[in-house]
Amino acid sequence: MSFTDILLAFAGILGMFIALSVGVLSLTWLERKTLARIQQRAGPSVVGPHGLLQPVADAIKLTTKEDIIPAYADKLLFWMAPVFVAIPAFMIWLAIPFGDGIAVRVLDLGLLYLVAISGIGVVGLLMGGWASSSRYSMLGGLRAAAQLVSYEIPIVIVILSIAALVQSLSLDAVISGNTITVGDSIRDLPGQGTIPFAFIMPMGLVIFVIAGLAELGRTPFDIHHAESEVVGGPFVEYSGAHWAVFFLAEYLNTFVISALIVVLFFGGWSWPSPPESLFGNDLSNTTTNVLGGVWFMLKTYFVATLIFWVRATYPRLRIDQLMSFAWKALIPLSFGNLVLVAVVLFYDWPLWVMPAVSVPVLIFVATFVQRTRGARGRPQTVRILRRSAGEIGLPVPDLANRTPAGVINQVSGEGQAGD
Amino acid sequence: MTDSASTFTDQTSSDDGTVDMMVNMGPQHPATHGVFRMQLRVDGEMVKDLIPHIGYLHRGSEKLCEYELYSQIITLFDRLDYISNFNNELVIVSAVEKLMDVEAPPRAELIRMILCELNRIASHMLFYGTFAIDMGAITPVLYNFRDREKIQSLFESVSGARMMHNYFRVGGLKQDVNDDFSSRVLTLCDELEKGIDETDRLLTSNEIFVERTSGIGVISGEDALDWGLSGPVLRASGVPYDVRVDEPYSRYDEMDFGVPVGSAGDSWNRFYLRILEARESISIIRQSIALLEPGDTMAQIRRIARPPAGEAYAHCENPRGDLGVYIVSDGGERPYRLKVRPPSFCNLQALKDLTVGHYIADAVVILGTLDIVLGEVDR
Repeated sequence: MSFTDILLAFAGILGMFIALSVGVLSLTWLERKTLARIQQRAGPSVVGPHGLLQPVADAIKLTTKEDIIPAYADKLLFWMAPVFVAIPAFMIWLAIPFGDGIAVRVLDLGLLYLVAISGIGVVGLLMGGWASSSRYSMLGGLRAAAQLVSYEIPIVIVILSIAALVQSLSLDAVISGNTITVGDSIRDLPGQGTIPFAFIMPMGLVIFVIAGLAELGRTPFDIHHAESEVVGGPFVEYSGAHWAVFFLAEYLNTFVISALIVVLFFGGWSWPSPPESLFGNDLSNTTTNVLGGVWFMLKTYFVATLIFWVRATYPRLRIDQLMSFAWKALIPLSFGNLVLVAVVLFYDWPLWVMPAVSVPVLIFVATFVQRTRGARGRPQTVRILRRSAGEIGLPVPDLANRTPAGVINQVSGEGQAGD
Repeated sequence: MTDSASTFTDQTSSDDGTVDMMVNMGPQHPATHGVFRMQLRVDGEMVKDLIPHIGYLHRGSEKLCEYELYSQIITLFDRLDYISNFNNELVIVSAVEKLMDVEAPPRAELIRMILCELNRIASHMLFYGTFAIDMGAITPVLYNFRDREKIQSLFESVSGARMMHNYFRVGGLKQDVNDDFSSRVLTLCDELEKGIDETDRLLTSNEIFVERTSGIGVISGEDALDWGLSGPVLRASGVPYDVRVDEPYSRYDEMDFGVPVGSAGDSWNRFYLRILEARESISIIRQSIALLEPGDTMAQIRRIARPPAGEAYAHCENPRGDLGVYIVSDGGERPYRLKVRPPSFCNLQALKDLTVGHYIADAVVILGTLDIVLGEVDR
C-alpha cells in the first residue's frame, strides 16, 4: 500500500466523518420538525431560518457542558461506553454505496460486514448501563442487550435471504441486481430499471423494517431508554459530550437503518428508470453518480421520516411482549421467508411467486393478530347505565352489610381477557 | 410508612437464591405525576413488592383551613386537586351551604354544574395525554392540551383565572357569567367532542395500547370497595357507584345522563371509562345550557359566613372519585375542624395490590390509570 493510498483512505474516512456529522445534525432537525408538524407545534424556529441551525446550537451546548461522572461509576468503562457505541455506527458507513461503485470502501462481503459491525454497538450500551452504577441504567442496559440480540436474528436472516437471491454478499450486487440469473426475472423488464426488492420480497421488507426499528430502540420498541420507566436507560447518568456521543450514535444508527432499507429493498442509488431518460443522454459519468447519490439520500431521508412518524404515533411495548414478538412472530416469519427464497431458487420458479406467496401470508398474519389480540370485544366490557332507561338510583354499595353476590356477578363474566 | 433507610437494601429472594433489586422511583421520576415516590423490589423486571412514599407535597391544608374564613377556604380547595379546581370548590361550598342551610339560586347551580362538567372533561383530557406518555406515545398529550386550553380560556373568561379560579361562593357565584357564555360553551362542546373522538381513535383500539393495558392491574369490585376506591377506578370494576346519581347534588337530578360501568376492572377499562365519561359530561353540559335562564347568581346571605355550631358532610363526584368534606363548626367564622376525604389518596392505597406480580413498565401504567393528583394525596 503506497503512501497515496493511505492518504486517500484517510481523506475518505475524514470526509465520511464530516458528511455523517452533518447528516446527523440534519436528521435531528428533521425529526424535531416532523414531530412538531404531527403534534401541531412549530418545532425549532429561532436559531437560523426555520431553526436550521438549532442542531449546531445543541451541539455547542452539549460539548461545552460539564461532563459529570458519578462517584461510584466504573470510570474506565464509563468513558469507553460511548465510544463503543459510536465507532461501529460510523464504521457501518464504510461499506454503504452512494453510487455505482462509490463507497468509502467497496467490499465484496458488504452484507457480512454490516451484520458483523452492527452487533458491536450493544456491548457499549451494556457497558454504559453497568458502569453508571445506577439501577435504571442497569435495567436499561440489560433490556438493550436482550432486545438487540433478539432482533439481530430476523435482520440477519432477511439479509441472508437477499444474499441468497442475488447470490452475492456485495451491496453493489444487491442494488444492481445484475447477478440474478434464475428464472424469468421480473427485475429485467425491458425499458425499466430494476424492480426493487420491496416488491419481490415484501415479507422481508416488513420484517426488516420492524426489526430495524427494534435495533434502533425507537418507538414502539424504545424500551431500553423508555423515559417513563427507566428514565433514559443506559444514558441516564451521562451528560455533556459523552451523552452527545451516544446521541450521535443513535441518530447514525437511524440513518444506517434507513439507508439499509433503501439499499436492500428500494434499489439504493438506482433510479426507477435510467436517469438518461429523464435528463437526456449526454450525462457524464460524474453527473449520473451525483444524481444517484442525491436520489439515494432522498430515499433515505424519506424512510427516516417514516421512522419519525411511527415514533409520533405509537405507544411502546413491554419487554416480555417485545421478546415474544421477536421469537414467536418475526423469527419464524423470517425463516419462512428464507425457505421461500430457497425453494424458488432451487426449483427455478419465476420471482413473482415470492410476492404471490408472502403477501397473502402477511395479510393472514395481520388479520389473525387483529382478530385475536386486538381491541375486539373490549368495548363490550363497558356498559352505560342510564337514568332514563329506568335504571334510576343506581345501587348504593352498603359497605357495612353488603351482599357481594351482585358485585361479583358484574365483575366476573366476559372481560377477564387480556392475558 | 416504613423507614426508607432500612428498606432500601437488596434482599435475597427466598426461592432461588438470587438477589432482588430495590428500584427507587420518584419523587423526581417522569412517570410519577408529581412528587409521588415508590420503591419497587424487583426480580429482574418483575415487581415483587412496592412501598409507596407520600407527603412530599404536604402543606397542611386541613389545618390551614381552621385559620381561614369560610370564603378564604375556597382558595385552599382550589389547590387540592389542582387539575379539577371547580369540582373542589363545589364540595367545600356545598358543605358550608349545608351547614348554614342556605341554597344557591338555580342559575348559580346550573352554572356551577356546567363548569364542573367542563372541568371533568379537562381533567380527563389531561389523563388521556399523560397516560399515553406513560406508555411512550408522545403525541396525544399535545392534542389533549390543545383542547384543555380551550376549556381553560373559557374558565378565564368566566372567573378571571385559568386554574385557581376562586369563583364559587357560599350561596352562589362570585359574579354572573358573560353574555356569550352559552354560545361559547356550545361551540366548545362541539370542539371537545372532536378532540375526544381523536383520542379515542388514536389510542382505544390501538393494538399496542390494548396489549399494554388489558388485564393489567385487575381489581375485583369487592376488593375495590374494601379499599374504598371511588370514581372511574371503582366503576371500572363493575360497581355502579356515582355520587351524581346516588345522592344527586346541584341539579344533577334533572339531567339525563349515563354512567359508564366497566366489568373487567383492568387498566383498559379504567381508561375507556374516562373517554365515555367525558362524552356523558358533554351531554350534561348541553342539557344544562338548554335549561339556563336569567336570574340571580347569589343568595342573600351575610358577607362573612358564620354557620351555626354543628357539623356537615358533603361529597361530590370529582373526576378522580368521591371527594368529601367534613366540617365541624363551633359557631365561629372559621371551621373548628375540617377533614377532606380525597379520592386520589384512597385510590392510591390499592397501588401495591394492583402492581405486585406485574412488570416495572406495568407499575407505571397502573399508577397512570389511578390518575392521582399529589396536591390532593398529600394535602
